[in-house]
Amino acid sequence: MIRFLIKGLYYDKSRSRLPIIVVAIGVMLAVFLNAYITGFMGETVELNARFANGHVKVMTKAYAENESQLPNDLALTEVTALKKELSERFPELDWAARIQFGGLVDVPDENGETLSQGPTTGMGIDLLSSESMEIERLNIRESIVRGRMVQQPGEALLAEEFSRKLGVNPGDEFTLISTTMHGSMSLYNFKLAGTLSFGNEAMDRGSIIVDIEDARTALDMDDAAGILLGIFDTGFYDDERALEIAYTFNAGMDDEDEYAPVMKSLTQQSGMGQLVEVTEKWSVYIIAIFIVAMALVLWNAGLLGGLRRYGEFGVRLAMGEEKDHLYRTLIYESVFIGLTGSIIGTALGLFAASLLQGDGIDITGMMEGSAMLYPSAIRTRITPTDYYIGFIPGLLSTIVGTMLAGLGIYKRKTSQLFKELEA
Amino acid sequence: MDNNAIIQIRELTKSFPMGKSKFTALSNINLSLEKGEFTGLIGPSGSGKTTLLNIVGSLDTPTSGEAWVLNQSIGSLSAKEAARLRKEKLGFIFQSYNLLAVHTVFENVEFPLLLLKIDAAERKKMVMDALEWVGLTDKVKSKPPQLSGGECQRVAIARAMVKRPSLVLADEPTANLDAANSHHILQTMVKLNEELKTTFLFATHDDKVIGYLRRKIYLLDGKVANDEWVKDYHTVK
Repeated sequence: MIRFLIKGLYYDKSRSRLPIIVVAIGVMLAVFLNAYITGFMGETVELNARFANGHVKVMTKAYAENESQLPNDLALTEVTALKKELSERFPELDWAARIQFGGLVDVPDENGETLSQGPTTGMGIDLLSSESMEIERLNIRESIVRGRMVQQPGEALLAEEFSRKLGVNPGDEFTLISTTMHGSMSLYNFKLAGTLSFGNEAMDRGSIIVDIEDARTALDMDDAAGILLGIFDTGFYDDERALEIAYTFNAGMDDEDEYAPVMKSLTQQSGMGQLVEVTEKWSVYIIAIFIVAMALVLWNAGLLGGLRRYGEFGVRLAMGEEKDHLYRTLIYESVFIGLTGSIIGTALGLFAASLLQGDGIDITGMMEGSAMLYPSAIRTRITPTDYYIGFIPGLLSTIVGTMLAGLGIYKRKTSQLFKELEA
Repeated sequence: MDNNAIIQIRELTKSFPMGKSKFTALSNINLSLEKGEFTGLIGPSGSGKTTLLNIVGSLDTPTSGEAWVLNQSIGSLSAKEAARLRKEKLGFIFQSYNLLAVHTVFENVEFPLLLLKIDAAERKKMVMDALEWVGLTDKVKSKPPQLSGGECQRVAIARAMVKRPSLVLADEPTANLDAANSHHILQTMVKLNEELKTTFLFATHDDKVIGYLRRKIYLLDGKVANDEWVKDYHTVK
């Protein structure tokens, strides 16, 4: 019987072609969108984790409440001891102290007078110690446009666009004007080692990167740091474990002390929770949307097919085929259509996704003024899920569509068959 | 009940609701058909012949009275039992052939055997036998749109006969055919009736069919007006 049904689908293109096309298109979009979401949103989450939020982040309670103001007067102190403790208690994370600061970059002329000046947000990170993974984590070496990597204290990196606006070049000196941890004015001279382009608007707008010890010296933050980031050694964010670690850490802290350290997982930080949640749930949304949309189309296609095959169903019922059996054979046909459409759609979706997996589409222009860290390009990421995810809407929609459309079979009156089949 | 009877109908009445009143299509019918008959229900449109064919074919049930077909009371069959009776014991031939247009001749004839879950080798033999009876072994791979009307009806006969049913019900089988094809079809059915002892029951008002019948049951306004056997019936027309 199955062979008979498949032959029918093969011979009668109008029975199979439209549903297969509908399923293939839907599945292709579902696979592509899933790869896109995994790629773009996943990259966004990881980018934010690496640059700003970590997989977990430790700050003082007061710093956490005013984080957007980069309040270094509320920074963590005795960071070396805290970092050691964290490394011992949570060895699956790599811990990195960072100081975020704001200020002005002042570029002098040959007479020492201000040639140009611009506001900056900076980061002091561990650039010089051998065990630091920060250079690789932030992809600094590959992001250098002109000049070279920081190699000794007193050197700094500036965003390429920012340096051009200021007219400062590698080898030139400039002054960072900022505020110390204790509220005094700070002036610190740096030599520009090189310029950077991270490829995202928020980082490239006006940033300065210096070694954390220079930042400590400049901002009078001895053994202090604004934040301590923890990144899983695997490189991938594990929300469940991150929340567990944060809960364990915070459980031992004094709730009343504003300067006591507090740990937040990535999802507990501004906007990231929603982003991670959307990323995780997106597959479910995609599947649900495509099931409903395709089922509606296929339901209609099934109704039209049912009208066209009215005579066939009639004669089959007259010959003694039971209504249940006839209904089941329609579902078998839909499974075949769903499978075929899903295979074609998955292949097309993977192909389309593979085209955007490398360089992707440059969206730097769209991200101008964005405060959030977004990748500079829309890139897909093909994961094992993409090989099967399309089969869920592909099969379910055809089966549901056919089940709805086929209900008419049960309304058919056998007593009218002779009359109907005379037509 | 007469044990030799393949169809036995007692005081059968069939009526349909029409608004607040009802329309009686068959009234107090009494009939009995034995195995091997070549019989027709003859009458003008609205005389009740298709309604009676529906009931005998287990496609409909009587309002009152009894209809026994192959020892099964049609009125008491469930939908599944009625379908099983049609699937196993009855063959149908329609005025408009009603072949499955996208399938080949072979597959059309094979379909009733698929419902009976007969294995592939046996199916193939039975299909080829049936096509040989109707002289269409050379059209095995053709599809209905490639056949003439007469050939289509011969495929329909093969489809009805392939499972060797006890009873074949044919509703105006020659209505869409010219005279030559009609005679060819009818001769085929007569031959099958004689060789396989299959009972044929027609619903018709076509003189060409009537000329081949061995027994003619005239219906008028839902009642049996006349029931006559043809004397000196010759098999070769």
